[in-house]
Amino acid sequence: MRHVACIGAGMTMFSRRLKETGKEMCFEAARMALDEAGLELSDIDTVVCGSAPDAFDGIHMKGENLLDGCGGAKKPYMRVFTGGGTGVLAPIAGWWHVASGVSDVCMVICEEKMSSCFPHPQSAFAHIWDPILERPLQPNLVWIFAMEMNRYMQVHNISKEDIALVSVKNKGNALDHPSAQLAAKITVDDVLNSEVMAWPVQRLDISPPSDGAAALIFAAEDKVGPITDNPVWVEGVGWCIDSTMWTNRDLYFPQYVARAAKMAYRMAGIHNPFKEIDVAEPYDPFDYKELHHMEGLLLCKKGEAATLTKEGVTQRDGDLPTCPSGGLLGVGNPIAATMGVKACEIYWQLAGKAEKRQVADARTGVCQAWGDLMQYSSVMVMRS
Amino acid sequence: MKKFAGERLSSEEMKEVTHEEWAPAVKYAWSCGEAMSRFLNELKKGKLIGRKCHKCKRVIFPPKMFCEFCFRPTDEWVYLPDTGTVMTYSLSYLDKDARRIEEPILVGVIAIDGASEHMGIMHYFSEMDPDDLDFGLKVKAVWKPEKEREGSVTDIKYFKPLEGEK
Repeated sequence: MRHVACIGAGMTMFSRRLKETGKEMCFEAARMALDEAGLELSDIDTVVCGSAPDAFDGIHMKGENLLDGCGGAKKPYMRVFTGGGTGVLAPIAGWWHVASGVSDVCMVICEEKMSSCFPHPQSAFAHIWDPILERPLQPNLVWIFAMEMNRYMQVHNISKEDIALVSVKNKGNALDHPSAQLAAKITVDDVLNSEVMAWPVQRLDISPPSDGAAALIFAAEDKVGPITDNPVWVEGVGWCIDSTMWTNRDLYFPQYVARAAKMAYRMAGIHNPFKEIDVAEPYDPFDYKELHHMEGLLLCKKGEAATLTKEGVTQRDGDLPTCPSGGLLGVGNPIAATMGVKACEIYWQLAGKAEKRQVADARTGVCQAWGDLMQYSSVMVMRS
Repeated sequence: MKKFAGERLSSEEMKEVTHEEWAPAVKYAWSCGEAMSRFLNELKKGKLIGRKCHKCKRVIFPPKMFCEFCFRPTDEWVYLPDTGTVMTYSLSYLDKDARRIEEPILVGVIAIDGASEHMGIMHYFSEMDPDDLDFGLKVKAVWKPEKEREGSVTDIKYFKPLEGEK
């Protein structure tokens, strides 16, 4: 297996609605990544596209539709899709293209355009539910997260106040991100006084639907030298999925995240994640999910993530900065394109290119995405 | 070179920019298969049914014709009581299309008595004060009148607190 480096990244603005089409967003993100790497499309020999449910765009074969914007025409090209987990699975797919020896330089583009579906993309989310057991109950997708959050709070006796600190931190961090959709200086009280959507989930606990695209370029070790003297290496990858029957397991701990993390840490030779990881981008579509995923990523013991957050450990200048990008809560949640605040952010952090968001002395980082029907996780460990 | 490109549009601006619209007119019908057809037909009779795997001894609910862990066919049908325990819950002020509603929908996961651990279904709760909805609450199904049942999870109207329990 070849050692694989990440050599360039790009992303668009994240916004509730962008004027650009999906193809145009893909092009903009890809062009930024190529410029950063100092490459042209002719240097890219394979392309991976990541995009989540077709129902948002109302375009089937979305991978094929986005092809031209991804720079994939007349090249080996594929789309990967694991719902919200796509944002880290697509870069993993890019890694395996190169690690396997199939490709020397692979470009990964992730895209989501949720605004095409109106009046609200929630109506398209209905396509996720089991048609026999769940759809007749007319569920809203927020319900399952509310139920998971409630169970997590109950098992560990965690308060809404402690969870709200994640939203305060991430929306604050997003003030330093040029793409941010919902950057803001807010307080715990703002979160607790925001509209109740599905108890215990309130408006400011939740990330917004967004349009956006992101890109990452991977190269084989023997191709990196002429391209960059500052590569970031992919050291470990992992992914795991549990049953769609989410009502058949205890929701307080995401075992599939822990399995994916162990797979990635084993490959990266990481034995004590809390000590060895300098910066983390756990998936944060809701504030409680950052805590839930820190535990799933074995960055702390079960039930301890809220305490670390309260103690400031997860701030940008803390011992374990989490979501220094501003995350989905602050920058936005264009499902697959959240690669921009997960894998791209860890690359920028480790390459020392995170500008105002830069975490000091970051050498080893982990990013994670989560999705499908509360069942899937992808994890990537990188080192500079 | 452009970095972080993109032009934001408000919903009002969206109406003004050059755009196309389309509304799909499709319908879907799903054959419910062996396990779910029996499950739904039993609901019509006011009964809950699961499947047992003789290898791992699990009583699987809702039923499956195969055990996903042993990866072999399950062995027998097992009737289950229409009572269970609240594993988690939410009070939703959103309907399915994210529209705001005044009275919350009480919804949660009910682990069904007699099935293996954490074998539950999602359903509604009613006939209770929302403040009394809690983890571990024992609940019982409230069924539609027999004539109105159609072989759907909605043949159970909701779950209510089991009498004599907290």
